[in-house]
Amino acid sequence: MTRFLPDSTLTAPPRSAWKRRQRLTEGAARLVMFAAALLSVVTTLAIVAVLVGESIPFFQRVPLAEYLGGTRWAPLLEPRSFGVLPLIAGTVLVAGIAAVVAIPLGLGSAIYLSEYAPERLRRVAKAILEVLAGIPTVVYGYFALVTVTPILQRLYPPTQIFNAASAGIVMGIMILPMVSSLCEDALAAVPTTLRDGGYALGSTRYEVAVRVVLPAALSGVIAAFLLAIARAVGETMIVTLAAGANPRLTLNPFEGVQTMTAYIAQISMGDVPAGTIEYRTIFAVGLTLLVLTAALNLIAHAVVRRYRQEYE
Amino acid sequence: MIVTSERSRRRQRWSRWFGWCCTAAIAAAMAVLALLLASLIRDGIGVIDWEFLTSYPSRIASRAGIKSALVGTLLLMGLIALIAIPLGVATAVYLEEFAPRNRFSRALQLNISNLAGVPSVVYGILGLAIFVRWWQLGRGLLAGALTLSLLILPTLIIAAQEALRAVPDSLRRGALALGATRWQMVAGQVLPAALPGVMTGVILALSRAIGEAAPLIVLGALTYVPFLPTSLRDPFTALPIQIFNWAARPQPAFHQRAAGAILVLLAILLLMNAIAVYLRERYRVRT
Repeated sequence: MTRFLPDSTLTAPPRSAWKRRQRLTEGAARLVMFAAALLSVVTTLAIVAVLVGESIPFFQRVPLAEYLGGTRWAPLLEPRSFGVLPLIAGTVLVAGIAAVVAIPLGLGSAIYLSEYAPERLRRVAKAILEVLAGIPTVVYGYFALVTVTPILQRLYPPTQIFNAASAGIVMGIMILPMVSSLCEDALAAVPTTLRDGGYALGSTRYEVAVRVVLPAALSGVIAAFLLAIARAVGETMIVTLAAGANPRLTLNPFEGVQTMTAYIAQISMGDVPAGTIEYRTIFAVGLTLLVLTAALNLIAHAVVRRYRQEYE
Repeated sequence: MIVTSERSRRRQRWSRWFGWCCTAAIAAAMAVLALLLASLIRDGIGVIDWEFLTSYPSRIASRAGIKSALVGTLLLMGLIALIAIPLGVATAVYLEEFAPRNRFSRALQLNISNLAGVPSVVYGILGLAIFVRWWQLGRGLLAGALTLSLLILPTLIIAAQEALRAVPDSLRRGALALGATRWQMVAGQVLPAALPGVMTGVILALSRAIGEAAPLIVLGALTYVPFLPTSLRDPFTALPIQIFNWAARPQPAFHQRAAGAILVLLAILLLMNAIAVYLRERYRVRT
C-alpha cells in the first residue's frame, strides 16, 4: 500500500495546456492500473460464479445429502451414483501420506538450515531446495509412476501399479521445499536474543532449537504445514499419473484410488458431452475442492494472525 | 576445570544426535533430487537428438518427437508474457504506488494472496467455462495462454510488488520534489529502478506457467498433435502435456521419450532460472 508521500498533482492546479495534458496522462494511467488491479477481483468472482452456477443444476438432480454422504462414486457407470466420499477419501489418503513424508523431513531441514548449518552450506542447500520447488508436477508424476512404484513393488509385491502410496510419497517430496522454506522463515523470525538467553542458561543446541525457538515460531510452522497440505490437496498431475482412476473408499495405500483433482482431469480427457449431468460433476467436484483448499488456506492465515508472537 | 555430569553428557549426546537427524532430513531431500535426475538422465538422454526435437509425435515410439510440443510451449510462453506482464506489473504498481490506504486496497491485496492458493485445476475449469465455451475461443493457444496468465498473475503481482517495495523512498521524494506527477515519478524513476527485480519475478512466474499441465488438460488441449498451430484457435500441445501422454502409456519405449522430453523441459526451466539469478545478482551489486 502507498507510503505517505506529498502529491504534487493534488496541490498544484493546472495552469497551461501542457499542465492539462500532464494531468490527463496522470488520470489515464491511474485508471488503466486500477482496471488491471480490478481484474483480480473479477477472476475471483468468475471462479465462484462458474463453479456455483454450473453446480446448481447438478444439485437439483442430486441432493446435497446424497452427494456428501454417498459412499459410491460412479457417474459414468449404470447404476449411476454420485457419492463424493470415495473421492474425498482418496484425496485425504494421498495428502495424508504426503504430509507424513513432508512434515518431518521439511521441519527437520528447516531446523537444520536455521539452527545448525554453517552459512555457506545453508546457501547451497537453499538453492537445491529451490530447484526441487521449481520442478513441474508432471515430472514428479513421471517419477512416481516410472521410478517409485517399481521400487514399492519390489519391497511389497502386492502393490498395485496405480497406488496411493507412490503418489503420496512423491507428493510429499513435491511439497517438502514449501514446508521447509516456510518453516525456516518462521524460525528465522525468532529473535536471536531468545537463543542467546537459552545458551546463556547452559542449554544445548537441541534444547534451544526445540524448546525455545520452535515454540516461539509455532504459529508460522503450523501455518506452513496447512498451506503445504492445501497445495497437496489441489495437486493434479502426480495423482492422475500414479494414483489411478478407481474411486474407492479404502485406507490401503497400496491400492489405486482416485482423488478429486484426478477425477476432474479424467473427465476432461474423455468425451463427455457438455451439459449432461456427468459433465456437470466436474464443476461440483471443483467446487468441493475449492472449498476444501480455501478452508485450509484461511485456517493457516487465521493461525498466523491469532497466535503470532510479536517480538521487539 | 569443567565438571561434566552424566546428565549433562547425555544432554549433549542427545543434542548431537538430533543435529544428525536434521542433517539426514535435508540429505534425504537432496538424495531424492539426485535419484530423480539420475533416473531421468539414464532413461532420457539416449533419445535426445536432432530428430527427437524436430519430429512430430507418432504412434511408433522410436519415431515420436516433440516438435509440436516444443513449438507449442514456446508460443504459449510468448503469449503469456504479452498478456500477464502488463497486467501484473500494472496491478503491482497500482497497489504499491497509487492505492489509497483503505479497506478496499487491503481487500484487494488479501484477494490476490488467496488467488495464489487456488489449485491450478480450478483455473482450468474457469478457462473451460469462460474462454472455451463462453467466448468461443476454441481449445487453442489463446484460451490456454489466457488461462495460464490468470494462474500466474497472483505470483507475478506479489513478486513485482516486492521489487517495487525495494526501491528506496528517497528516489520517489526526489522526483516529486522536482515537480513530477505521481505517474512521471513511477514511469521515470521507480519502474526503471525496480526493473531487474520485476524481471526476476516475471521469469520465475513464466517458468511456473510452462510447467503446468493440469489446466491445459482441463481446457481440452490435445495430446496428439502432428502439426503446428497456424492460428490462435488451432489445437496445440505443449511439453507437459506430451510428457503426461507418454508417461501414461504402458510401453517403456514411450517412458524413455517422456524422460527425454522432461530433460528438454528442465533445460528450458534451468536456462530461465539462470537468467533470473543473473538479473538478481547484478541488481544486488548495483544498489
